[in-house]
Amino acid sequence: MYIFKRLITMLVTIWVIASLTFFIMKIIPGDPFASDADVLPEEVLQNIRAKYNLDEPIPVQYALYMKDLATFDLGISIESESRTVNGIIWDGAPASALLGTQAMVIALVFGLLLGIVAALNHNKMLDYFSMFIAIVGISVPSFILAPLLINYFAVDWQLLPVASWGTWQHSILPSVALAATPLAVIARFMRSSMLEVMNQNYIKTADAKGLPTTKLVIRHGIRNAILPVVSFIGPLFVALITGTFVIEKIFAIPGIGRYFVDSIFNRDYPVIMGTTIFFSSILVLTLFLIDISYRFIDPRIKLTSGGD
Amino acid sequence: MDHLLEVNHLEVNFKTYGGEVKAVRDVSFHVDKGEIMAIVGESGSGKSVTVQTIMGLIPMPPGKINNGEALLHGQDLLKLTKKRMQKVKGSKLSMVFQDPMTSLNPTMKVGKQIEESITTHQRIGKTEVKKRAMEMIRLVGISNPEERYNQYPHEFSGGMRQRIMIAIALACRPELLIADEPTTALDVTIQAQVLDLMKDLKEKMNTSIILITHDLGVVAETAERVAVMYAGVIVESGTVEEIFSNPRHPYTWGLLESIPDVNSEKKERLIPIEGSPPDLFSPPKGCPFAPRCKYAMDVCVEAMPPGFEAEEGHQAKCWLNDPRTPDVEDLIAAGREEY
Repeated sequence: MYIFKRLITMLVTIWVIASLTFFIMKIIPGDPFASDADVLPEEVLQNIRAKYNLDEPIPVQYALYMKDLATFDLGISIESESRTVNGIIWDGAPASALLGTQAMVIALVFGLLLGIVAALNHNKMLDYFSMFIAIVGISVPSFILAPLLINYFAVDWQLLPVASWGTWQHSILPSVALAATPLAVIARFMRSSMLEVMNQNYIKTADAKGLPTTKLVIRHGIRNAILPVVSFIGPLFVALITGTFVIEKIFAIPGIGRYFVDSIFNRDYPVIMGTTIFFSSILVLTLFLIDISYRFIDPRIKLTSGGD
Repeated sequence: MDHLLEVNHLEVNFKTYGGEVKAVRDVSFHVDKGEIMAIVGESGSGKSVTVQTIMGLIPMPPGKINNGEALLHGQDLLKLTKKRMQKVKGSKLSMVFQDPMTSLNPTMKVGKQIEESITTHQRIGKTEVKKRAMEMIRLVGISNPEERYNQYPHEFSGGMRQRIMIAIALACRPELLIADEPTTALDVTIQAQVLDLMKDLKEKMNTSIILITHDLGVVAETAERVAVMYAGVIVESGTVEEIFSNPRHPYTWGLLESIPDVNSEKKERLIPIEGSPPDLFSPPKGCPFAPRCKYAMDVCVEAMPPGFEAEEGHQAKCWLNDPRTPDVEDLIAAGREEY
C-alpha cells in the first residue's frame, strides 16, 4: 500500500516538474530559430515553426507534448535534427552513469574513511589533516582540479590518458576529479555525525561491556553514524550519475552532461524537456529507493502510508 | 577481611579551557562481597566521576587521575592496560547507567545487545548464547523473551529498557555491579520495581552493588552502607543505620532535613540547604561545606578536616567531631534535633 501510494506520488511529481519546466521554458524570450530570423525568409521560418508545432498556442503545444510524453516519446532534437531525444539520452547516459558511479564509490569510500578517522582522532593531528583535505576538496573547483590532474598524471608522468573515453584507464582521472567535492562533503558530514554518536550513552554502555575498540567503533559507532549520511547520499548520487557539464567537457566524455547546458542556450525545447524529465525521474526514483532502504537500515522507521 | 573493591585516595581532575576542575578529591571507600553500598550526593558532587573512573570510562584527556588506586581483589584497576581492563569490564565489573532511554543502541536488537556482553568474554556456541540471553530477559522480569529478544529498544518502555540494561550488566555474573542513578529517570512506581529487581538479583547472584543516587529514600530502602559526597569529597560514611540515626556531618543533617515528609498533615515548606556548592576550579582549602554551614568555626575555613571516627566504620570529615571542639555532643545533638 505504501509503495503503491509512493509510485502515484512519484508520477505526479514528475508531471508537475515537467509542466513547470515547460511553461518556464516558454517564458524565456526567443525561440530555436531566433538567430536565423535575419537570414531566412519569413515563409521558411513559418514552415519550420509549424513543423515543431511552435505556431500553435502554448496550451495546445503543452497538450501535444504531454500526449507524446505519456508514450515515453520525448520528441526530436531541434538542434541536431536527425536525433531523437530518447536517442540522445540513451547514447550519453551509460558513460555519464559509469563515470558518476565510479566517482560516487571513490567519494563514499574515502569520504567515510576520512570522516571516521577524523572523528576518532578528534582534535588531534589526523583530525586536522583529514579536515584539511576536506577543505581543499570543497574549495578547489573541479575545473581547476581536472587540468591539474591531467597535467601531472597524464602529461608529466604519462601514467594515464589525457582525455577521451573508452578503456578503464580513461575513466580514472575524470572519476577522481568528479569525486573530490562530494568526497569532502561526505567526510565532513561523517565526521560530525560520528562525533555525535561516539558521545552517546549507548557507546558508554558498549564500552562498559568490555567490547574491543574496533568492534565498538564498527558495530555501535559507524552503524549509527552512517544513517544521517545515507539521506543526503541520494541526491548527491543522482547529481553525479546524470552527467556533469564541466568534467565531461574537460575530458571529452560522450555523456549527457553538456546537453543540460547546451540545450538551454540553443532553446532546444525537446532536449531541455527531455534532460529535465530524465534527471527528475532518476532523482525521484533514487529518493524512493533510499526511503525503502531506510526500512532495513534503521529499525525505528516503519513505512506507513499515513501519519499516526 | 579483604575487601572486594577498595578505593584509596582517588583524585580525578578534568582539564578544561577554564582551568582544571578538581572533580574527585581524596576519595576512599570499600565494598565487601555481597553488600550494597550507596554513594549519595547532589549533582556535580563527583559520584559519577568516581565510579566511571573505576570503570575506566572517563576519557583521558580531558580527565586525569592524579593519585589513588582502585583495588579489585587487590589488583589496581587504574594501572591496567586498556586491553586488560576490557577483560575486566563487563565480566567482573559492570555498570548500569542513569538514562535507559539513550543507553541502548537504537539499531541493535536487545537480544543481541545482551548476547554481546556474553560473547565478549566467553567462547560459547550460538544457540547456547541465545539461550542465556533469553534466560537473562526472563530473569529481569520481562515476559515472553522469545518475542522480546528480537525487538529493538524503541519498542520498550523506560522501565523495561532499564531491566534490559540490568540484564546486559549481569549477563556475565559480575562480582560488582555499579548502578549510576539507575532509577533517576524512571517514575516512582517503576523505581521501586527496578530497585526490588536489583536487590533480588543481588541475592540470587551474590553480586555486590555500588548504588549511586541522590535519593536518601532509595538509600534507606536498599543499601547497607552509605558514603555521602560533597564537592568531590566523601564527607561522611558509615552503615545506613548509623548515618540515619547518628549523622555526624552538617551536610548530612541538611540532606536529611530536606526530605519532604509525605505523611505530614499540615502544609510544610521544603527545607533547602542555603547557598550553593563551591567552585571546583579552586576548591577552598578548608572544609568545602563551611560557607554553607551554620556551625562553621574558624578552623573550618582554614583546614580540611580529617576523617573522625565516630563509631566503628562510621567516619565524618567535620571539625565538630574533633574532641577539642567545645560542647561537641551538644552541638551535634542540636543539629540532629533540627530534622
